[in-house]
Amino acid sequence: MTEVKNKIIELKNAVIRFAGDSGDGMQLTGNLFSDSTAFAGNDFATFPDYPAEIRAPQGTVAGVSGFQIHFGSNDIHTSGDLADVLVAMNPASLKANMNWITKDAIIIVDDDAFTEKNITKAGYEDNPLSDGSLNGHLVVNGPIATLTKNAVSELDIDNKSAQKSKNMFALGMIFYMFNRDFTKTFSFFENKFKSKPLVVEANKLVLKAGYHYADTIEAFVNTYKIDPAPLNKGTYRNVTGNLATSWGLLAAAERSGLKLFIGSYPITPATEILQELAKHKQFSAISLQAEDEIAGIVSTLGASFAGALPVTSTSGPGLSLKSEALGLAVMTELPLVVVDVQRGGPSTGLPTKSEQSDLYQALFGRNGEAPLIVLAASSPSDCFYSAFEAVKLSVEHMTPVILLTDGSLANGSEVFKIPKVSDLPKIYPPIVKENDPHFQSYKRDEKKLSRPWAIPGTKGLRHRIGGLEKENITGNVSHSPENHQLMSKLREEKVERVSNFIVNQDIIGNPDADTLVVSWGGTHGVMLTAVEQLLDEGHSIALAHFKHIKPLPKNAGEIFSRYEKILVCEINLGQFVNYLRMRLPQFIYKQYNKIQGLPFTVAELKKEFIALLNE
Amino acid sequence: MESIIDTAKLELTKKDFESDQMVKWCPGCGDHAILKSVENVFPELGIAKEDFVVVSGIGCSSRFPYYMNTYGIHGIHGRAAALATGIKIANPKLSVWMITGDGDSMAIGGNHFIHVARRNPDINILLFNNKIYGLTKGQYSPTTPKGSKTKTSPQGSFEQPFNPGELVMGARGKFFARVVDTNIKMMTQVFSEAAKHKGASIVEILANCVIFNNKIHGLITSRETKVDNQLFLEAGKPMRFGKDNEKGIILNGSHLEVVTIGENGITEDDLLVHNPEREDSGIHIMLANMMPPEFPAALGVIRSVAAPTVEELIWDSIEHEKEVSPYKCVDDLLNSGSTWSVD
Repeated sequence: MTEVKNKIIELKNAVIRFAGDSGDGMQLTGNLFSDSTAFAGNDFATFPDYPAEIRAPQGTVAGVSGFQIHFGSNDIHTSGDLADVLVAMNPASLKANMNWITKDAIIIVDDDAFTEKNITKAGYEDNPLSDGSLNGHLVVNGPIATLTKNAVSELDIDNKSAQKSKNMFALGMIFYMFNRDFTKTFSFFENKFKSKPLVVEANKLVLKAGYHYADTIEAFVNTYKIDPAPLNKGTYRNVTGNLATSWGLLAAAERSGLKLFIGSYPITPATEILQELAKHKQFSAISLQAEDEIAGIVSTLGASFAGALPVTSTSGPGLSLKSEALGLAVMTELPLVVVDVQRGGPSTGLPTKSEQSDLYQALFGRNGEAPLIVLAASSPSDCFYSAFEAVKLSVEHMTPVILLTDGSLANGSEVFKIPKVSDLPKIYPPIVKENDPHFQSYKRDEKKLSRPWAIPGTKGLRHRIGGLEKENITGNVSHSPENHQLMSKLREEKVERVSNFIVNQDIIGNPDADTLVVSWGGTHGVMLTAVEQLLDEGHSIALAHFKHIKPLPKNAGEIFSRYEKILVCEINLGQFVNYLRMRLPQFIYKQYNKIQGLPFTVAELKKEFIALLNE
Repeated sequence: MESIIDTAKLELTKKDFESDQMVKWCPGCGDHAILKSVENVFPELGIAKEDFVVVSGIGCSSRFPYYMNTYGIHGIHGRAAALATGIKIANPKLSVWMITGDGDSMAIGGNHFIHVARRNPDINILLFNNKIYGLTKGQYSPTTPKGSKTKTSPQGSFEQPFNPGELVMGARGKFFARVVDTNIKMMTQVFSEAAKHKGASIVEILANCVIFNNKIHGLITSRETKVDNQLFLEAGKPMRFGKDNEKGIILNGSHLEVVTIGENGITEDDLLVHNPEREDSGIHIMLANMMPPEFPAALGVIRSVAAPTVEELIWDSIEHEKEVSPYKCVDDLLNSGSTWSVD
């Protein structure tokens, strides 16, 4: 719904995609625009789209790096389906992104980059700027490289260095288009290039030049304004899922009084968690880059035995390698948090693309009856709370927890309301006091069935644990048939009883609808947006989005019983829906699956939901 | 950092470390003597009994933690080094003892073994080398001599074996010693040296599997041949051995050679003097590689070089960061960088 006033059009929300060669600084450009978006008070979400290779051949489609931002005056839950504005710094980035923009998107290109050589490298036969293929789009075609050079002609700076700022020229144009203020961006330049005043000056000049250029040539028919979003009172920041996961773990360490230990091996897209935690030794957080995935989890389990808050981070193939050690964690009933940032599989699969296909592995991927808690984070900022909860449940219930996030949560960002750590729940590790006369290593808490945590170095509690079956209560090695059956049931029951300690499943949308759509993990934003739009359009529909996978919330069955039609949507071939069929077989579930290394779009979900509503 | 050696007399005895569990190794197995030696050493170290942790992987030797009355964890195959590293880094006050075998550490756990040597946490590693898989009943291991007939090498093994000492030094390990399971006094003394060394102390125990590889170390350990085939190394002393201590080791050009004192004008002054603290591992590797019948097996502490431990470096860094970091609590971190407020 738009309203024209003096060429400034008010929009509810917009999507911009910045694209260029991997060396063109598009991630920085996107981040600077995000900062100014925050400063303007909008809600927003972002997603980077970069190649798996570090520096793929320049000028090719394989080497295109992109950054998408969706911002608005309403609540924003996704980084947007299609872009309304595309900034394409070369022919390859235009080509790579034509499928990701709206039919009437505005396209800003650097005319200087559309040389015959670059056009060929991108795989075009003719110049797309002149062959009519962009008909329907408003193309703003400026000689950005030349204008960048001119903008800094007064400075003592060579052209090669000057060209590094040409992304700022494009950003300046976008700033003009969305009536943005420079203040935040200028102070960023001043901080980032503190020791290089010339670079600060060049970036400022180029940004302003882009802004004035757009104004002077009347590049856009209109300019746009997006009002601040009605955010609650508080302090906000932008976080990616991996950052939020790391900080949630640190907050949990503080609330539990335990020292965090992360033993991990680098793997895309989980590596940032190890990198982030390695920075924070001031909180006594210990990080060990292990020699492999197995040593990552096993050193962490050792640290758990020794009384640390144990964390290991990985992605699908790494989780496979950790399976045997997860079994040891189940048997020794020690705390252990495994963060699995899912990516496309099997094997090496699609390392930089996202998928929800590790659910079976998380639930079932071990020898023996080896139950553990499985949680799934639902958004970049929810990674903070999910990581916190993973620690709380693992420590208080003395069981390993697998926290599933995914590549799109890990690298995607959104606005995060900063909590006060003291407002988060306290975490109570069941640590045994020295010389406790009643201590027995496998004597269980009556409510939780958790065993006590007796930490080496404590007087009077010497005991042995390990991978061999343990006798109930005493913890001695036991091969007794009855004991093994009892212990197998106790381990399962311990995990199921966690449902007494988690929140009930909630429902969004119309409680009286006869259609329920179901999802879990990283698809929350897009599912919510699709359902909200359908509700706005007058449809009757409800959404149940799961964060607790094992155990399921206690009211899950009661919720399903209220609906005639249930559709489970996942980025895999149907792992959660089959789990539901196993756990709650009394209901009939339909399924919608996509497995292309891409997230759902709002448009495709709405189409699917409407078809179901009309059935 | 707090020293693990408490000087106050703790008045512990062997009894304090004996467990009430039935020891289930075969009668005549070398492991019994090793257990006895460890029980001798623990009370003598000045370490409180609750500060010992015994860690193992899988195999006959790895049942060890169940037979000691300490904190213990029996892990999974090959991964004891990773478990022990995590325990030690998380709590450097603990005296961590890792029990492993040639299958556990040289095969499935080979990767962790070389990395624990390189990383150098202050743990003590007892490597029971019986050159066979015992618990799975007699398959060749990475230390089984080439040509040996076993259940999985019925025509004789086609593979050349590892020498654990050479592997430790190739991985830039700082401490390597070797003992025989037939000499409790030697084991007690060397285990004690290993405990006192700060860093990953790896002791290879030439252990006998009475069932599947009996007398595999016979030339070195049997009563008749041992005097000619054992060279017990002592720091600062010339390398002498033999029934009448008449033989010795010299460095002839770039290789070692066995000589007899008094023959060809050789005197004690010509013999190599053992220096376990030499940073360069060249001689230490040559010593570790000496094997009968050409050479005596080198026993005792072959290499012991001082170096900072990984946990010291990590905890020093933590103390430093606590002083210099602008973040005193997680709230500081959450509110750092680019933030904005909505009123």
